[in-house]
Amino acid sequence: MTTLEVLQIVVYFGLLVPCVMVLGGYMARVFSGERTLLSGVLSPLEKGLYRLAGVDANEEQNWRQYALALMVFNVLGFGVVFGLQVLQGALPLNPAGLSGVEPALAFNTATSFMTNTNWQAYAGETTLSYLTQMMGLTVQNFVSAATGIAVVIALTRGLVRKTAATIGNFWSDLVRATVYVLLPLALALAVVLVSQGVIQNFGAPVEVQTLTGETQMLPQGPAAGQIAIKQLGTNGGGYFNANSTHPYENPTPLSNFLEMFAILLIPAALTYTYGKMVGSTRQGWVIFGAMLALLVGGLVVMLAAETSPNPVFGVNALMEGKETRFGIANSILWGAATTAASNGSVNAMHSSFSPLAGGIAMLNIMLGEVVFGGVGAGLYGMLIFVILTVFIAGLMVGRTPEYLGKKIEAREIKMAIVAVLLPSAAILLLTALAAVSEAGLSSRANSGPHGFSEILYAFTSAAGNNGSAFAGLNANTPFYNLLLGMAMWIGRFGVILPALAIAGSMVSKKAAPPSPGTFPTTSMLFVGLLIAVILIVGALTFLPALALGPIVEQLLMNAGRAF
Amino acid sequence: MWKQIIPALRMLVALTILTGVVYPLVVTVAAQILFPAEANGSLIRQGEQVVGSALIGQHMNADARYFWTRPSAISYNPQPSGGSNLGPTSATLQTLVEERRTAFASANGVSEAAVPAEMLFASASGLDPHISPEAARLQVLRVAAARGLEATVVEALVNRYVEEPQLGFLGQPRVNVLRLNLALDGLQS
Repeated sequence: MTTLEVLQIVVYFGLLVPCVMVLGGYMARVFSGERTLLSGVLSPLEKGLYRLAGVDANEEQNWRQYALALMVFNVLGFGVVFGLQVLQGALPLNPAGLSGVEPALAFNTATSFMTNTNWQAYAGETTLSYLTQMMGLTVQNFVSAATGIAVVIALTRGLVRKTAATIGNFWSDLVRATVYVLLPLALALAVVLVSQGVIQNFGAPVEVQTLTGETQMLPQGPAAGQIAIKQLGTNGGGYFNANSTHPYENPTPLSNFLEMFAILLIPAALTYTYGKMVGSTRQGWVIFGAMLALLVGGLVVMLAAETSPNPVFGVNALMEGKETRFGIANSILWGAATTAASNGSVNAMHSSFSPLAGGIAMLNIMLGEVVFGGVGAGLYGMLIFVILTVFIAGLMVGRTPEYLGKKIEAREIKMAIVAVLLPSAAILLLTALAAVSEAGLSSRANSGPHGFSEILYAFTSAAGNNGSAFAGLNANTPFYNLLLGMAMWIGRFGVILPALAIAGSMVSKKAAPPSPGTFPTTSMLFVGLLIAVILIVGALTFLPALALGPIVEQLLMNAGRAF
Repeated sequence: MWKQIIPALRMLVALTILTGVVYPLVVTVAAQILFPAEANGSLIRQGEQVVGSALIGQHMNADARYFWTRPSAISYNPQPSGGSNLGPTSATLQTLVEERRTAFASANGVSEAAVPAEMLFASASGLDPHISPEAARLQVLRVAAARGLEATVVEALVNRYVEEPQLGFLGQPRVNVLRLNLALDGLQS
């Protein structure tokens, strides 16, 4: 690693903290209904949306009403993306003349974007029309992210409000997240990305006569707008097949830095928003600290693995699947950030990472996408781990488990366990199914342990709503399209519904002031416990599977074995 | 149930108009006014003919008169883009790398140990427009000989086309191969 590479990483994290405070504070005001700098412009837009939809944004909902509105909205969104894909051949804005998408792939893609996974079993430039990209995918990039933010805000209200029955209004949270947070950030980022060379037009593909007389068809389209929100909303679904490795999607080191920064920005800032809303920014920093420690720990291992010798090739740094302009360090930094936050965009091909680096990428997702995680999703996942930690710590020292003055009881723990177990079970059981069936095995591109890693990564990515891949795996088969789609549904709503149920049961409790018997949740000790619980749950659940994939591959690689 | 579905549907339509129509159009208008060349693909024209994009690499490796780009899993055909996704213990990749090493070393008259990593391994997008300055310098003698130029002239051109890290610290030093090759052609036209 050169000094410049270290400097890039330091600047990356150094810039994060002040931005977290500014954006986090802004979001706290937005979701508390206070006036902000942008209210003059955006408030009429917000009110207009309520009027168009015919909803009363001031009507308070209990957790069941909130969850029902959320589910109906998301299922309808799935339906629209599915319909647009199947019918795109007969719809406008299709200059490349692409035909309708077949149903299993359309199911997978619609699920993928609705659940904020943005797994791509298709190649954007050769499968989807401009209309499908804009009115299907771009829209879900916004609203799936806004859905995640809404859930964590509702859960926060559940923890803050005392002896109440309601946790807010879904329509209000959804619209505010979209209008006040995502839209302005995405607009600004999109224009800056265009300045670096990201394309934004409605032209047909351009035919090029290359210097050596070959023809090259350069894809075109409204890419920058979608790329900005795919980075900010932890979506990650590329406009192009090669995602942010594509020079039209990520042309310069500066565009790379900004896109990479956008991955962590909102998930990290939400921890500060949370602290503000619960009335103690320390509560937010504790969570931020635990997330940062886990991310940096993983990053260090990945960097060490990627820069150590590969005896199979006799070189140190494998440039396979990496771009010259980014180099090794930036590829690994992005790889760590995109898997920790459930973004899933890539600026290098994870399948060609060294085994251990690819393994950490997988582990980042397996921990439950709580290391910053998806926008909103990471924090509500983390709060579920906080509740588990409070409970376990309480059991160990014989104190009543309390969080923010409220008792943690059987119902909350049951829901927390459901939210942890459902995605994990989906990953392990579906991977096992694929690993013993012809339909699952025939899609592999690599043999040996790496082939197993491809399958394990796919289900991990789907259930974690991440969307990155060991992309050699041919995932566009009915088997993978359907099973991975299923894993995405489980991974999304198997956590959202328990989280809202916890909000519903916590909101009705009364809060007691802290007593000498209260276990403080703002200490370094608590950060350590929280990290330990996350690692132990993740390690116990997934170590056997990781041993069969990346771990054994690393050992065999060190012995010089190729497959 | 209709009481739930109607507002959800209306909200979806409203947000689709906002984020799926208005937003991309606003971005497009801003992009086309502020950065028209970039928004339309950074295309390079010679007369009427588009000869390439400043951002997209081209397949060069059959012609000794040009600097070569990196290996590409898609032979620089961007429909669609992508890498090989071969893993760190792939025997297939091992064979490919040995072939590339021998080919580059013999074509450019350098030792096999001197071939830089990015000329052995395929890029992620398959469209990488850059190579390292080192990889360009190793090709100077071949290109100069094939064109009947002084090596020092070609070397000076390479040095002129080395791009340093952006803002002084972001990314890697690199050479845009298409720009360099166009400049080479320009020397002799």
